[in-house]
Amino acid sequence: MKTMRRNTLSVLVENSSGVLSQVSRLFSRKGYNIESLAVGTTDDPAVSRITIEVMGDDKMIEQVMNQLRKLFPVYSVQLLPPNDSIRRELVLIKVKAESREVRNEVIQIANIFRASIIDVSPQSLTLAVIGEESKDNALEKLLMEFGILELVRTGMVALERGATTINDDNKEKGEFNLGKSVL
Amino acid sequence: MLMRGAQIVMECLLEQEVDTVFGYPGGTILNIYDELELHGYGQKIRHILTAHEQGASHAADGYARSTGKVGVCFATSGPGATNLVTGIATAYYDSSPVVFITCNVAEHLIGKDSFQEVDITGITMPITKCNYLVKDVTKLADVLREAFAIARSGRPGPVLVDIAKNATAATCDFTPLPRSEHANHGRLAALLRRASHDLKTPEPDHGDIQKLLEMIRESQRPLVLVGGGVIRSRGAVPEFRKFVETLDAPVASTIMGGGALPGNHPQFTGMIGMHGSHASNMASAECDLLIAVGCRFSDRVATNPDTFCRNAKIVHIDIDRAEIDKNVLTDHHIIGDARRVLELLNQGLTQMDFSAWKEHVFSRKEVPLKVDGILHAHEVLETIQALTDGDAIIATDVGQHQMWSAQYFHFSRPGQLITSGGFGTMGFGLGAAMGAKVGNPDKVVVHCTGDGCFRMNCHELCTEEHYHIPVITVIFNNHTLGMVRQWQNLLYEKRFSQTDLEKGPDFVKLAEAYGLPGFRAKNQTEFEEAFRKALTLDTGCVIECAIDKDAMVHPMVNGGTPVTDFLLD
Repeated sequence: MKTMRRNTLSVLVENSSGVLSQVSRLFSRKGYNIESLAVGTTDDPAVSRITIEVMGDDKMIEQVMNQLRKLFPVYSVQLLPPNDSIRRELVLIKVKAESREVRNEVIQIANIFRASIIDVSPQSLTLAVIGEESKDNALEKLLMEFGILELVRTGMVALERGATTINDDNKEKGEFNLGKSVL
Repeated sequence: MLMRGAQIVMECLLEQEVDTVFGYPGGTILNIYDELELHGYGQKIRHILTAHEQGASHAADGYARSTGKVGVCFATSGPGATNLVTGIATAYYDSSPVVFITCNVAEHLIGKDSFQEVDITGITMPITKCNYLVKDVTKLADVLREAFAIARSGRPGPVLVDIAKNATAATCDFTPLPRSEHANHGRLAALLRRASHDLKTPEPDHGDIQKLLEMIRESQRPLVLVGGGVIRSRGAVPEFRKFVETLDAPVASTIMGGGALPGNHPQFTGMIGMHGSHASNMASAECDLLIAVGCRFSDRVATNPDTFCRNAKIVHIDIDRAEIDKNVLTDHHIIGDARRVLELLNQGLTQMDFSAWKEHVFSRKEVPLKVDGILHAHEVLETIQALTDGDAIIATDVGQHQMWSAQYFHFSRPGQLITSGGFGTMGFGLGAAMGAKVGNPDKVVVHCTGDGCFRMNCHELCTEEHYHIPVITVIFNNHTLGMVRQWQNLLYEKRFSQTDLEKGPDFVKLAEAYGLPGFRAKNQTEFEEAFRKALTLDTGCVIECAIDKDAMVHPMVNGGTPVTDFLLD
């Protein structure tokens, strides 16, 4: 029985053109749909970190990870443990707010959700909120009644809790590196 | 030393000891071709101009497979580059080390849909081990050095380097570097640092080796399955033979594993899978331990992955960790170069005796071969075997003749069977045979093909004639797409949709048109006579063999069903 669930993959890659497309193509080639994708450089400008959220069962995720690890521009791949990682997403929401009452009400809701108001115009308010999808979705739902003009998400980023990192070595990583050795 | 990019390409090829390049020139790659004349690199690097880029790609592939060296292929941008795609995919599926060098339009024209511009790195992303677009001449040498290292190391495979035309014309300082030093510089040094920070010397895991030895000690009925990994791994074949002889187990092979164990070896059960022997396929169901070395359990081997070796513990030895549990779930795996893994296993293995089990496996009756006056495929291959002392290199196309070649010719060394096993590329054979002959001038190279396959790329006969590359082409002419017809015969109620090839050309006349002799054979005696004649020629030739239209490849298992359920005995 296949149990589909949301998985968060973290991928360290060489920061060069074509790598993102190589990574994302792997998903489409295997027929998996990416739910969310966020990419940016790390503390080392030559290295980028891609966070990918994808629905799938264990076997499928293992396949994707194995195929990713095989790519030369990919340095490491980690499946973030769902119960032991911190995940955050930034959402910007532009809400219709043409009267003082509406504005006040939206600001109140923003305060409850610790969202910040980052732009105001006579017709609108723009909120920024950082959180996991449950919190973001709740806020989005509440704001719907005022009329959402635009909404954008950065895509989920995540790290494992504690001192362990994606760079930690393990037997499996060594096995992939053995195949990549150019000696 | 100040050099233009095109010359740096030549210097890098010489660093890699490249002596042969197959290719086809065009607008954007002019600077590189110019170097063959301008600075006389054509004296050190033999360039073979094929009739079509696809032929060049297969020739470079055949050269690589038969010599173990990296093959090199040139093509221009746009259609030149896309004509390589089938050849690149063919090399990728069979892990053949080939470096493809294409040139693209100049940097300022990239992205403008310029004349003969194509995003070849994008197109070949899923069929190369790695690919590069070089726009900056200062990065050229470094990228080429990495490309060759990646093509030949680990699980070998094709690498494509696309160079913008301006980078071939621009000049920069070039510092020659011997090949042994490459790993200590530039991109390769960075790659090694990254890959080896936790793995100082790439070695198989000691515990994994011990565990397999333990499993062997507990096994009553072990079976070894050998794939192309043992052929690709340098020096693995002697270790493999020592391993299986000490283990005393029956050995089955995938098509890519042909030559790992001599075809007439007493432990060899033949090919496994869709057209596997009864001995191999039945043994796979009865064994209690399967040791698979360098294979990937493709759907032509494990026709039904859920039932494949269902009574056995499956141990997978491979250099590519991503192959583990991809198609068939395994019980244990060892990651490493086949040579090194087998060497370590040999150190811990003592002589075993599985006579009773072997006797049981070999008691299976195989299909009797027909001898009745008309020409049969096995007679053709047995004749080639006998007249070349089994030493010939056999390059095949794809289909029935390919299976017959794998079944009836006894390969005795790696690189002796050149065939498109994974990608199944019709039209692969002639180019590959030429590449093999160029790489092995003192060997007889026989190109086994069907009438359908030969028609696809027979224009390379002109290359064969022009460069005096004496390849013997043997056409198994059944006037049909035999393998597809076989499926139509067995699975489509004999509706022979579009497989009939009752058409020209006259292959003997075609050969003659290209300046090569052609022969026809309708029975074994005629074939033997023609082949004897062919061996005395110093040119290539074509021998057309009349094969019955409804001859089939025996045995056959339908895709998706267990390998023990023979559709055809």
